[in-house]
Amino acid sequence: MSHHIVEVQDIAYTYPNSNREALQGVSFRITHGESVGIVGANGAGKSTLLMHLIGFLFPSRGTVRVGDYPVTPKTLVQIRRSVGMIFQDPDDQLFMPTVFEDVAFGPRNMGLPPEEVETRVNQALDTVGALHLKDRPPYKLSGGEKRVVAIAAVLSMTPDILIMDEPSAALDPLARRRLINLLAEFKHTKIIVSHDLDLVLDLCERTIVLSEGRVIADGPTRDIFLDEKILAAGHLEKPLRMQACPVCGGQFEGS
Amino acid sequence: MAGFQDSWNNLRLLDQLAAQSTIIHRIHPLAKVWTTFFFLVAVISFDKYEITGFLPFLFYPVVVMILGDIPARALLKRILIALPFALGIGIFNPIFDQTQIPVWDGLTLSAGWLSFFSIIIRFFLTVLAALLLVATCGMERIATSLLVMKIPRIFVLQIIFMYRYLGVLMEEVARVLRAHTLRSLKDRGISFRVWGSLLGQLFLRTLDRAERIYQAMLCRGFTGAFPVMGKDKVTMKDVVYTIGWGVFFLLARFYNIPEFMGTLFMGGVQ
Repeated sequence: MSHHIVEVQDIAYTYPNSNREALQGVSFRITHGESVGIVGANGAGKSTLLMHLIGFLFPSRGTVRVGDYPVTPKTLVQIRRSVGMIFQDPDDQLFMPTVFEDVAFGPRNMGLPPEEVETRVNQALDTVGALHLKDRPPYKLSGGEKRVVAIAAVLSMTPDILIMDEPSAALDPLARRRLINLLAEFKHTKIIVSHDLDLVLDLCERTIVLSEGRVIADGPTRDIFLDEKILAAGHLEKPLRMQACPVCGGQFEGS
Repeated sequence: MAGFQDSWNNLRLLDQLAAQSTIIHRIHPLAKVWTTFFFLVAVISFDKYEITGFLPFLFYPVVVMILGDIPARALLKRILIALPFALGIGIFNPIFDQTQIPVWDGLTLSAGWLSFFSIIIRFFLTVLAALLLVATCGMERIATSLLVMKIPRIFVLQIIFMYRYLGVLMEEVARVLRAHTLRSLKDRGISFRVWGSLLGQLFLRTLDRAERIYQAMLCRGFTGAFPVMGKDKVTMKDVVYTIGWGVFFLLARFYNIPEFMGTLFMGGVQ
Protein backbone atom coordinates (compact mmCIF):
# COMPACT_ATOMS: atom_id res chain seq x y z
CA MET A 1 0.00 0.00 0.00
CA SER A 2 1.30 3.43 -0.88
CA HIS A 3 1.81 6.13 1.71
CA HIS A 4 -0.46 8.94 0.67
CA ILE A 5 2.07 11.67 0.97
CA VAL A 6 2.55 14.64 -1.29
CA GLU A 7 6.02 16.07 -1.22
CA VAL A 8 7.14 19.14 -3.11
CA GLN A 9 10.82 20.08 -2.95
CA ASP A 10 12.02 23.48 -4.03
CA ILE A 11 10.07 23.58 -7.29
CA ALA A 12 10.25 26.47 -9.72
CA TYR A 13 8.33 27.04 -12.90
CA THR A 14 8.26 29.75 -15.55
CA TYR A 15 5.50 29.83 -18.14
CA PRO A 16 6.65 29.94 -21.74
CA ASN A 17 6.93 33.52 -23.06
CA SER A 18 7.11 34.90 -19.56
CA ASN A 19 10.11 36.26 -17.75
CA ARG A 20 8.61 35.94 -14.27
CA GLU A 21 8.82 32.72 -12.29
CA ALA A 22 5.28 31.65 -11.41
CA LEU A 23 6.71 29.38 -8.73
CA GLN A 24 9.97 30.29 -7.06
CA GLY A 25 11.20 27.43 -4.91
CA VAL A 26 8.09 26.04 -3.25
CA SER A 27 8.53 23.23 -0.72
CA PHE A 28 6.17 21.37 1.59
CA ARG A 29 5.28 17.87 2.68
CA ILE A 30 1.74 16.72 3.24
CA THR A 31 1.37 13.42 5.04
CA HIS A 32 -1.22 10.66 5.06
CA GLY A 33 -4.73 11.80 5.98
CA GLU A 34 -3.85 15.45 6.37
CA SER A 35 -6.23 18.11 5.15
CA VAL A 36 -4.43 21.17 3.87
CA GLY A 37 -5.72 24.48 2.56
CA ILE A 38 -3.72 26.39 -0.01
CA VAL A 39 -4.59 30.07 -0.04
CA GLY A 40 -3.19 33.22 -1.53
CA ALA A 41 -3.85 36.18 -3.80
CA ASN A 42 -4.95 35.87 -7.41
CA GLY A 43 -1.88 35.05 -9.43
CA ALA A 44 0.07 33.82 -6.41
CA GLY A 45 0.76 30.51 -8.12
CA LYS A 46 -1.95 28.30 -6.63
CA SER A 47 -3.24 26.92 -9.92
CA THR A 48 0.28 26.48 -11.24
CA LEU A 49 1.09 24.48 -8.14
CA LEU A 50 -1.96 22.24 -8.63
CA MET A 51 -0.94 21.61 -12.23
CA HIS A 52 2.35 20.24 -10.90
CA LEU A 53 0.66 17.89 -8.43
CA ILE A 54 -1.21 16.08 -11.21
CA GLY A 55 1.51 16.24 -13.82
CA PHE A 56 0.09 18.75 -16.28
CA LEU A 57 3.18 20.85 -15.74
CA PHE A 58 6.64 19.73 -14.76
CA PRO A 59 8.94 21.93 -12.67
CA SER A 60 12.02 23.46 -14.24
CA ARG A 61 13.76 22.86 -10.94
CA GLY A 62 13.03 20.67 -7.92
CA THR A 63 10.89 17.53 -7.57
CA VAL A 64 7.30 16.57 -6.84
CA ARG A 65 6.49 13.20 -5.26
CA VAL A 66 3.02 11.79 -4.87
CA GLY A 67 2.70 8.57 -2.90
CA ASP A 68 5.57 6.29 -3.87
CA TYR A 69 6.27 7.94 -7.19
CA PRO A 70 8.04 11.05 -8.41
CA VAL A 71 5.76 12.96 -10.81
CA THR A 72 7.34 12.40 -14.22
CA PRO A 73 5.82 11.78 -17.65
CA LYS A 74 6.40 8.04 -17.10
CA THR A 75 4.55 7.76 -13.81
CA LEU A 76 1.46 9.75 -14.80
CA VAL A 77 -0.82 6.71 -14.91
CA GLN A 78 -0.01 5.78 -11.30
CA ILE A 79 -0.14 9.40 -10.16
CA ARG A 80 -3.53 10.05 -11.69
CA ARG A 81 -4.87 6.84 -10.26
CA SER A 82 -4.02 7.86 -6.72
CA VAL A 83 -4.87 11.55 -7.06
CA GLY A 84 -8.44 12.65 -7.67
CA MET A 85 -8.69 16.19 -9.01
CA ILE A 86 -11.93 18.12 -8.72
CA PHE A 87 -11.99 21.06 -11.12
CA GLN A 88 -13.25 24.52 -10.35
CA ASP A 89 -15.91 24.39 -13.07
CA PRO A 90 -17.83 21.10 -12.95
CA ASP A 91 -18.83 21.69 -16.58
CA ASP A 92 -15.23 21.02 -17.54
CA GLN A 93 -15.45 17.67 -15.86
CA LEU A 94 -18.86 16.38 -16.89
CA PHE A 95 -19.15 15.63 -20.56
CA MET A 96 -20.84 12.25 -20.90
CA PRO A 97 -24.54 12.01 -21.83
CA THR A 98 -25.79 10.86 -18.42
CA VAL A 99 -24.60 11.15 -14.84
CA PHE A 100 -24.11 7.40 -14.68
CA GLU A 101 -21.94 7.32 -17.80
CA ASP A 102 -19.95 10.23 -16.52
CA VAL A 103 -19.20 8.70 -13.14
CA ALA A 104 -18.40 5.43 -14.94
CA PHE A 105 -15.87 7.12 -17.21
CA GLY A 106 -12.97 6.79 -14.76
CA PRO A 107 -13.60 3.20 -13.62
CA ARG A 108 -14.01 2.12 -17.25
CA ASN A 109 -10.73 3.75 -18.15
CA MET A 110 -9.21 1.70 -15.34
CA GLY A 111 -10.36 -1.38 -17.24
CA LEU A 112 -12.71 -2.66 -14.53
CA PRO A 113 -15.37 -5.25 -15.44
CA PRO A 114 -18.91 -3.86 -16.01
CA GLU A 115 -20.35 -5.22 -12.72
CA GLU A 116 -17.54 -3.62 -10.72
CA VAL A 117 -18.03 -0.36 -12.64
CA GLU A 118 -21.70 -0.36 -11.75
CA THR A 119 -21.06 -1.06 -8.06
CA ARG A 120 -18.51 1.70 -7.87
CA VAL A 121 -20.71 4.22 -9.63
CA ASN A 122 -23.62 3.45 -7.32
CA GLN A 123 -21.41 3.65 -4.26
CA ALA A 124 -19.86 6.95 -5.30
CA LEU A 125 -23.23 8.50 -6.14
CA ASP A 126 -24.65 7.21 -2.87
CA THR A 127 -21.79 8.72 -0.88
CA VAL A 128 -22.50 12.19 -2.24
CA GLY A 129 -26.27 11.65 -2.02
CA ALA A 130 -26.85 11.89 -5.77
CA LEU A 131 -28.06 8.40 -6.59
CA HIS A 132 -31.39 9.79 -7.77
CA LEU A 133 -29.63 11.83 -10.46
CA LYS A 134 -28.17 8.72 -12.08
CA ASP A 135 -30.04 8.87 -15.39
CA ARG A 136 -30.16 12.63 -15.77
CA PRO A 137 -28.00 14.45 -18.31
CA PRO A 138 -25.33 16.45 -16.41
CA TYR A 139 -25.99 19.70 -18.28
CA LYS A 140 -29.50 19.83 -16.79
CA LEU A 141 -28.38 19.68 -13.17
CA SER A 142 -28.19 22.65 -10.81
CA GLY A 143 -24.79 24.02 -9.80
CA GLY A 144 -24.82 22.16 -6.46
CA GLU A 145 -25.85 18.89 -8.10
CA LYS A 146 -23.14 19.25 -10.74
CA ARG A 147 -20.58 19.79 -8.03
CA VAL A 148 -21.46 16.63 -6.10
CA VAL A 149 -21.64 14.57 -9.31
CA ALA A 150 -18.18 15.84 -10.26
CA ILE A 151 -16.98 14.70 -6.83
CA ALA A 152 -18.64 11.30 -7.30
CA ALA A 153 -16.92 11.00 -10.68
CA VAL A 154 -13.60 11.28 -8.89
CA LEU A 155 -14.56 9.11 -5.89
CA SER A 156 -15.55 6.23 -8.18
CA MET A 157 -11.85 5.82 -8.96
CA THR A 158 -11.13 5.42 -5.21
CA PRO A 159 -8.26 7.91 -5.09
CA ASP A 160 -6.06 8.21 -2.00
CA ILE A 161 -5.60 11.94 -2.35
CA LEU A 162 -8.26 14.50 -3.25
CA ILE A 163 -7.27 17.81 -4.78
CA MET A 164 -9.95 20.48 -5.06
CA ASP A 165 -9.84 23.80 -6.83
CA GLU A 166 -12.34 26.26 -5.34
CA PRO A 167 -14.87 23.58 -4.32
CA SER A 168 -17.39 26.09 -2.96
CA ALA A 169 -17.32 28.44 -5.96
CA ALA A 170 -20.81 29.38 -7.19
CA LEU A 171 -22.66 27.32 -4.58
CA ASP A 172 -25.57 28.66 -2.58
CA PRO A 173 -24.99 28.74 1.21
CA LEU A 174 -26.92 25.52 1.86
CA ALA A 175 -25.19 23.61 -0.94
CA ARG A 176 -21.89 24.97 0.35
CA ARG A 177 -22.63 23.77 3.88
CA ARG A 178 -23.64 20.33 2.59
CA LEU A 179 -20.42 20.14 0.61
CA ILE A 180 -18.36 21.04 3.67
CA ASN A 181 -20.10 18.35 5.71
CA LEU A 182 -19.54 15.83 2.94
CA LEU A 183 -15.86 16.65 2.57
CA ALA A 184 -15.40 16.54 6.35
CA GLU A 185 -16.45 12.88 6.29
CA PHE A 186 -13.79 11.88 3.77
CA LYS A 187 -10.73 10.21 5.20
CA HIS A 188 -8.60 10.99 2.14
CA THR A 189 -5.57 13.22 2.16
CA LYS A 190 -7.11 16.51 1.06
CA ILE A 191 -5.60 19.53 -0.64
CA ILE A 192 -8.05 22.39 -1.02
CA VAL A 193 -7.30 25.55 -2.95
CA SER A 194 -9.82 28.22 -2.05
CA HIS A 195 -10.54 31.87 -1.39
CA ASP A 196 -13.34 30.73 0.91
CA LEU A 197 -11.36 31.00 4.13
CA ASP A 198 -14.28 29.94 6.31
CA LEU A 199 -14.37 26.68 4.36
CA VAL A 200 -10.65 26.26 4.87
CA LEU A 201 -11.13 26.94 8.57
CA ASP A 202 -13.80 24.22 8.73
CA LEU A 203 -11.98 21.57 6.76
CA CYS A 204 -8.25 22.08 7.03
CA GLU A 205 -6.17 21.84 10.17
CA ARG A 206 -3.19 23.12 8.22
CA THR A 207 -2.85 26.00 5.76
CA ILE A 208 -0.16 27.01 3.30
CA VAL A 209 -0.13 30.63 2.16
CA LEU A 210 1.38 31.39 -1.23
CA SER A 211 2.48 34.80 -2.38
CA GLU A 212 4.23 35.60 -5.63
CA GLY A 213 5.28 32.03 -6.19
CA ARG A 214 6.64 31.47 -2.68
CA VAL A 215 5.36 29.85 0.50
CA ILE A 216 5.09 32.70 3.01
CA ALA A 217 3.45 30.69 5.76
CA ASP A 218 2.76 27.05 6.51
CA GLY A 219 1.18 26.02 9.79
CA PRO A 220 -1.99 25.41 11.78
CA THR A 221 -4.92 27.16 10.10
CA ARG A 222 -6.05 29.06 13.19
CA ASP A 223 -2.63 30.51 13.90
CA ILE A 224 -2.23 31.68 10.34
CA PHE A 225 -5.64 33.30 10.14
CA LEU A 226 -4.89 35.20 13.37
CA ASP A 227 -1.64 36.60 12.02
CA GLU A 228 -2.50 39.95 10.47
CA LYS A 229 0.91 40.27 8.82
CA ILE A 230 0.59 37.02 6.93
CA LEU A 231 -2.99 37.77 5.94
CA ALA A 232 -2.02 41.17 4.55
CA ALA A 233 0.93 39.75 2.63
CA GLY A 234 -1.30 37.06 1.13
CA HIS A 235 -4.02 39.55 0.12
CA LEU A 236 -6.32 37.80 2.59
CA GLU A 237 -8.72 38.85 5.24
CA LYS A 238 -9.71 37.12 8.46
CA PRO A 239 -12.42 34.54 7.87
CA LEU A 240 -15.79 36.14 8.63
CA ARG A 241 -16.31 33.90 11.61
CA MET A 242 -13.13 35.15 13.20
CA GLN A 243 -14.07 38.80 12.77
CA ALA A 244 -15.88 40.83 15.40
CA CYS A 245 -19.64 40.41 15.37
CA PRO A 246 -21.15 43.55 13.77
CA VAL A 247 -24.12 43.43 16.16
CA CYS A 248 -22.70 42.61 19.59
CA GLY A 249 -19.00 43.19 18.92
CA GLY A 250 -18.21 39.71 20.25
CA GLN A 251 -14.86 38.24 19.22
CA PHE A 252 -13.64 34.85 18.07
CA GLU A 253 -12.52 32.99 21.17
CA GLY A 254 -8.99 32.51 19.86
CA SER A 255 -8.19 36.18 19.37
CA MET B 1 -30.31 35.55 -29.29
CA ALA B 2 -33.49 33.59 -28.72
CA GLY B 3 -32.84 31.90 -32.03
CA PHE B 4 -29.46 30.84 -30.84
CA GLN B 5 -30.76 29.47 -27.57
CA ASP B 6 -33.31 27.51 -29.55
CA SER B 7 -30.77 25.86 -31.77
CA TRP B 8 -28.79 25.00 -28.69
CA ASN B 9 -31.78 23.23 -27.18
CA ASN B 10 -32.32 21.58 -30.53
CA LEU B 11 -28.85 20.16 -30.43
CA ARG B 12 -29.61 18.49 -27.13
CA LEU B 13 -32.88 17.18 -28.51
CA LEU B 14 -31.15 14.41 -30.46
CA ASP B 15 -29.53 13.20 -27.24
CA GLN B 16 -32.87 13.22 -25.51
CA LEU B 17 -34.56 11.34 -28.32
CA ALA B 18 -31.74 8.80 -28.24
CA ALA B 19 -32.40 8.15 -24.55
CA GLN B 20 -35.91 6.81 -25.25
CA SER B 21 -36.74 3.13 -25.04
CA THR B 22 -38.92 2.12 -27.96
CA ILE B 23 -38.84 -0.97 -30.17
CA ILE B 24 -36.40 0.80 -32.45
CA HIS B 25 -34.22 2.06 -29.62
CA ARG B 26 -33.95 -1.44 -28.18
CA ILE B 27 -32.48 -2.81 -31.38
CA HIS B 28 -28.72 -3.23 -31.13
CA PRO B 29 -26.90 -0.10 -32.37
CA LEU B 30 -24.68 -2.25 -34.56
CA ALA B 31 -27.76 -3.47 -36.46
CA LYS B 32 -28.94 0.10 -36.94
CA VAL B 33 -25.55 1.30 -38.11
CA TRP B 34 -25.39 -1.48 -40.73
CA THR B 35 -28.97 -0.84 -41.83
CA THR B 36 -28.23 2.86 -42.26
CA PHE B 37 -25.10 1.97 -44.20
CA PHE B 38 -27.05 -0.29 -46.60
CA PHE B 39 -29.68 2.41 -46.97
CA LEU B 40 -27.09 5.03 -47.86
CA VAL B 41 -25.33 2.80 -50.37
CA ALA B 42 -28.63 1.90 -52.04
CA VAL B 43 -29.80 5.52 -52.28
CA ILE B 44 -26.49 6.89 -53.50
CA SER B 45 -25.96 4.18 -56.10
CA PHE B 46 -29.00 5.18 -58.20
CA ASP B 47 -28.60 6.60 -61.70
CA LYS B 48 -28.22 10.38 -61.70
CA TYR B 49 -31.62 11.04 -63.33
CA GLU B 50 -33.58 8.72 -61.02
CA ILE B 51 -36.68 10.17 -59.34
CA THR B 52 -39.50 7.68 -58.85
CA GLY B 53 -37.19 4.88 -57.73
CA PHE B 54 -36.57 6.76 -54.47
CA LEU B 55 -40.19 6.60 -53.41
CA PRO B 56 -40.05 3.18 -51.68
CA PHE B 57 -37.02 4.35 -49.73
CA LEU B 58 -39.22 6.81 -47.85
CA PHE B 59 -40.78 3.76 -46.24
CA TYR B 60 -37.70 3.17 -44.07
CA PRO B 61 -37.47 6.59 -42.37
CA VAL B 62 -41.24 6.71 -41.92
CA VAL B 63 -41.31 3.33 -40.18
CA VAL B 64 -38.36 4.21 -37.95
CA MET B 65 -39.89 7.57 -37.06
CA ILE B 66 -43.24 6.05 -36.12
CA LEU B 67 -41.91 3.06 -34.18
CA GLY B 68 -39.08 5.08 -32.66
CA ASP B 69 -41.39 7.89 -31.57
CA ILE B 70 -39.28 10.53 -33.31
CA PRO B 71 -41.09 13.81 -34.06
CA ALA B 72 -40.84 14.39 -37.83
CA ARG B 73 -40.96 18.16 -37.51
CA ALA B 74 -37.83 18.39 -35.43
CA LEU B 75 -35.87 16.29 -37.92
CA LEU B 76 -37.18 18.17 -40.95
CA LYS B 77 -36.05 21.44 -39.42
CA ARG B 78 -32.58 20.02 -39.03
CA ILE B 79 -32.49 18.81 -42.58
CA LEU B 80 -33.23 22.32 -43.79
CA ILE B 81 -30.06 23.54 -42.10
CA ALA B 82 -28.00 21.31 -44.40
CA LEU B 83 -30.08 22.08 -47.49
CA PRO B 84 -27.88 24.93 -48.81
CA PHE B 85 -25.04 22.45 -49.33
CA ALA B 86 -27.17 20.21 -51.53
CA LEU B 87 -28.52 23.23 -53.40
CA GLY B 88 -24.98 24.40 -53.98
CA ILE B 89 -24.04 21.08 -55.51
CA GLY B 90 -27.08 20.75 -57.74
CA ILE B 91 -27.93 24.33 -58.67
CA PHE B 92 -25.94 24.47 -61.91
CA ASN B 93 -27.22 21.19 -63.33
CA PRO B 94 -30.32 22.77 -64.96
CA ILE B 95 -28.09 25.31 -66.69
CA PHE B 96 -25.41 23.00 -68.02
CA ASP B 97 -27.42 19.87 -68.78
CA GLN B 98 -30.07 20.99 -71.28
CA THR B 99 -30.82 17.61 -72.91
CA GLN B 100 -34.57 17.13 -73.06
CA ILE B 101 -35.93 13.94 -71.57
CA PRO B 102 -39.57 12.84 -72.00
CA VAL B 103 -41.16 12.40 -68.58
CA TRP B 104 -44.86 12.22 -69.25
CA ASP B 105 -47.14 11.94 -72.27
CA GLY B 106 -45.66 14.60 -74.55
CA LEU B 107 -44.04 16.52 -71.69
CA THR B 108 -40.28 16.83 -71.61
CA LEU B 109 -37.99 18.23 -68.98
CA SER B 110 -34.34 19.16 -69.24
CA ALA B 111 -32.06 16.49 -67.83
CA GLY B 112 -30.47 19.12 -65.64
CA TRP B 113 -33.66 19.64 -63.69
CA LEU B 114 -34.10 15.90 -63.27
CA SER B 115 -30.60 15.43 -61.89
CA PHE B 116 -31.11 18.49 -59.68
CA PHE B 117 -34.24 17.03 -58.12
CA SER B 118 -32.53 13.68 -57.88
CA ILE B 119 -29.75 15.26 -55.83
CA ILE B 120 -32.24 17.01 -53.55
CA ILE B 121 -34.18 13.80 -52.93
CA ARG B 122 -30.98 11.87 -52.30
CA PHE B 123 -29.84 14.57 -49.91
CA PHE B 124 -33.15 14.48 -48.09
CA LEU B 125 -33.12 10.70 -47.69
CA THR B 126 -29.49 10.35 -46.66
CA VAL B 127 -29.49 13.19 -44.12
CA LEU B 128 -32.76 11.92 -42.71
CA ALA B 129 -31.31 8.42 -42.31
CA ALA B 130 -28.23 9.79 -40.59
CA LEU B 131 -30.28 11.94 -38.20
CA LEU B 132 -32.53 9.00 -37.42
CA LEU B 133 -29.51 6.90 -36.60
CA VAL B 134 -28.31 9.50 -34.10
CA ALA B 135 -31.83 9.96 -32.69
CA THR B 136 -32.29 6.23 -32.14
CA CYS B 137 -28.79 5.26 -30.97
CA GLY B 138 -27.02 8.31 -29.55
CA MET B 139 -23.53 9.27 -30.61
CA GLU B 140 -21.72 7.12 -28.03
CA ARG B 141 -23.41 3.92 -29.09
CA ILE B 142 -22.77 4.65 -32.73
CA ALA B 143 -19.13 5.19 -31.87
CA THR B 144 -18.99 1.89 -30.01
CA SER B 145 -20.54 0.15 -33.01
CA LEU B 146 -18.05 1.76 -35.37
CA LEU B 147 -15.25 0.42 -33.18
CA VAL B 148 -16.78 -3.06 -33.37
CA MET B 149 -16.90 -2.61 -37.16
CA LYS B 150 -13.13 -2.08 -37.03
CA ILE B 151 -13.22 1.56 -38.05
CA PRO B 152 -9.84 2.96 -36.88
CA ARG B 153 -10.09 4.29 -33.35
CA ILE B 154 -8.65 7.66 -34.27
CA PHE B 155 -11.59 8.44 -36.58
CA VAL B 156 -14.15 7.28 -34.07
CA LEU B 157 -12.58 9.46 -31.39
CA GLN B 158 -12.69 12.41 -33.77
CA ILE B 159 -16.39 11.93 -34.31
CA ILE B 160 -17.24 11.49 -30.68
CA PHE B 161 -15.22 14.46 -29.48
CA MET B 162 -16.37 16.72 -32.26
CA TYR B 163 -19.91 15.99 -31.17
CA ARG B 164 -19.16 16.65 -27.52
CA TYR B 165 -17.05 19.74 -28.10
CA LEU B 166 -19.75 21.18 -30.31
CA GLY B 167 -21.69 21.70 -27.09
CA VAL B 168 -18.71 23.38 -25.45
CA LEU B 169 -18.32 25.76 -28.39
CA MET B 170 -22.04 26.57 -28.42
CA GLU B 171 -22.01 27.40 -24.71
CA GLU B 172 -19.16 29.82 -25.24
CA VAL B 173 -20.92 31.36 -28.23
CA ALA B 174 -24.04 31.84 -26.13
CA ARG B 175 -22.05 33.62 -23.44
CA VAL B 176 -20.20 35.90 -25.83
CA LEU B 177 -23.42 36.81 -27.65
CA ARG B 178 -25.22 37.48 -24.39
CA ALA B 179 -22.42 39.77 -23.22
CA HIS B 180 -22.45 41.52 -26.59
CA THR B 181 -26.21 42.01 -26.66
CA LEU B 182 -26.26 43.45 -23.16
CA ARG B 183 -23.75 46.14 -23.99
CA SER B 184 -24.59 46.89 -27.59
CA LEU B 185 -28.00 48.35 -26.67
CA LYS B 186 -29.24 48.70 -30.22
CA ASP B 187 -30.00 45.15 -31.17
CA ARG B 188 -28.93 45.34 -34.79
CA GLY B 189 -26.78 42.25 -34.94
CA ILE B 190 -23.02 42.26 -34.69
CA SER B 191 -21.19 44.95 -36.60
CA PHE B 192 -18.49 43.63 -38.90
CA ARG B 193 -15.89 45.62 -36.98
CA VAL B 194 -16.25 43.50 -33.86
CA TRP B 195 -16.59 40.19 -35.67
CA GLY B 196 -12.84 39.71 -35.80
CA SER B 197 -12.14 40.13 -32.12
CA LEU B 198 -15.34 38.32 -31.20
CA LEU B 199 -14.40 35.24 -33.17
CA GLY B 200 -10.81 35.46 -31.98
CA GLN B 201 -12.00 35.58 -28.37
CA LEU B 202 -14.29 32.68 -28.98
CA PHE B 203 -11.50 30.62 -30.49
CA LEU B 204 -9.14 31.27 -27.59
CA ARG B 205 -11.77 30.64 -24.96
CA THR B 206 -12.85 27.43 -26.58
CA LEU B 207 -9.25 26.32 -26.85
CA ASP B 208 -8.74 26.94 -23.12
CA ARG B 209 -11.91 25.15 -22.29
CA ALA B 210 -11.04 22.17 -24.46
CA GLU B 211 -7.67 22.02 -22.74
CA ARG B 212 -9.31 21.90 -19.31
CA ILE B 213 -11.77 19.24 -20.37
CA TYR B 214 -8.93 17.18 -21.75
CA GLN B 215 -7.03 17.59 -18.49
CA ALA B 216 -10.09 16.46 -16.55
CA MET B 217 -10.25 13.40 -18.78
CA LEU B 218 -6.59 12.60 -18.24
CA CYS B 219 -7.17 12.90 -14.50
CA ARG B 220 -9.71 10.16 -14.80
CA GLY B 221 -7.33 7.81 -16.52
CA PHE B 222 -8.14 8.57 -20.15
CA THR B 223 -5.49 6.94 -22.32
CA GLY B 224 -6.95 7.42 -25.78
CA ALA B 225 -9.00 4.24 -25.72
CA PHE B 226 -12.65 5.08 -25.59
CA PRO B 227 -14.27 2.87 -22.99
CA VAL B 228 -16.83 0.61 -24.59
CA MET B 229 -20.25 1.35 -23.17
CA GLY B 230 -23.00 -1.07 -22.25
CA LYS B 231 -21.99 -4.16 -24.18
CA ASP B 232 -25.31 -5.67 -25.24
CA LYS B 233 -25.34 -8.94 -27.11
CA VAL B 234 -26.52 -8.98 -30.70
CA THR B 235 -29.66 -11.12 -30.75
CA MET B 236 -31.61 -12.86 -33.49
CA LYS B 237 -34.01 -9.91 -33.57
CA ASP B 238 -31.20 -7.54 -34.52
CA VAL B 239 -29.98 -9.81 -37.29
CA VAL B 240 -33.50 -10.13 -38.70
CA TYR B 241 -33.93 -6.33 -38.56
CA THR B 242 -30.77 -5.71 -40.57
CA ILE B 243 -31.33 -8.47 -43.10
CA GLY B 244 -35.00 -7.55 -43.50
CA TRP B 245 -34.20 -3.96 -44.36
CA GLY B 246 -31.22 -5.03 -46.46
CA VAL B 247 -33.44 -7.23 -48.63
CA PHE B 248 -36.01 -4.46 -48.94
CA PHE B 249 -33.36 -1.96 -50.02
CA LEU B 250 -32.03 -4.43 -52.59
CA LEU B 251 -35.51 -4.97 -54.04
CA ALA B 252 -36.26 -1.28 -54.09
CA ARG B 253 -32.92 -0.59 -55.70
CA PHE B 254 -33.14 -3.07 -58.54
CA TYR B 255 -36.89 -3.14 -59.20
CA ASN B 256 -38.75 0.09 -59.72
CA ILE B 257 -41.55 -0.68 -57.29
CA PRO B 258 -43.76 2.37 -58.09
CA GLU B 259 -43.56 1.55 -61.79
CA PHE B 260 -44.32 -2.07 -61.07
CA MET B 261 -47.33 -1.13 -58.93
CA GLY B 262 -48.44 1.19 -61.70
CA THR B 263 -48.41 -1.53 -64.32
CA LEU B 264 -50.10 -3.85 -61.86
CA PHE B 265 -53.04 -1.53 -61.31
CA MET B 266 -53.23 -0.01 -64.77
CA GLY B 267 -53.13 -3.45 -66.32
CA GLY B 268 -50.06 -2.74 -68.36
CA VAL B 269 -51.53 0.12 -70.41
CA GLN B 270 -48.73 1.56 -72.54
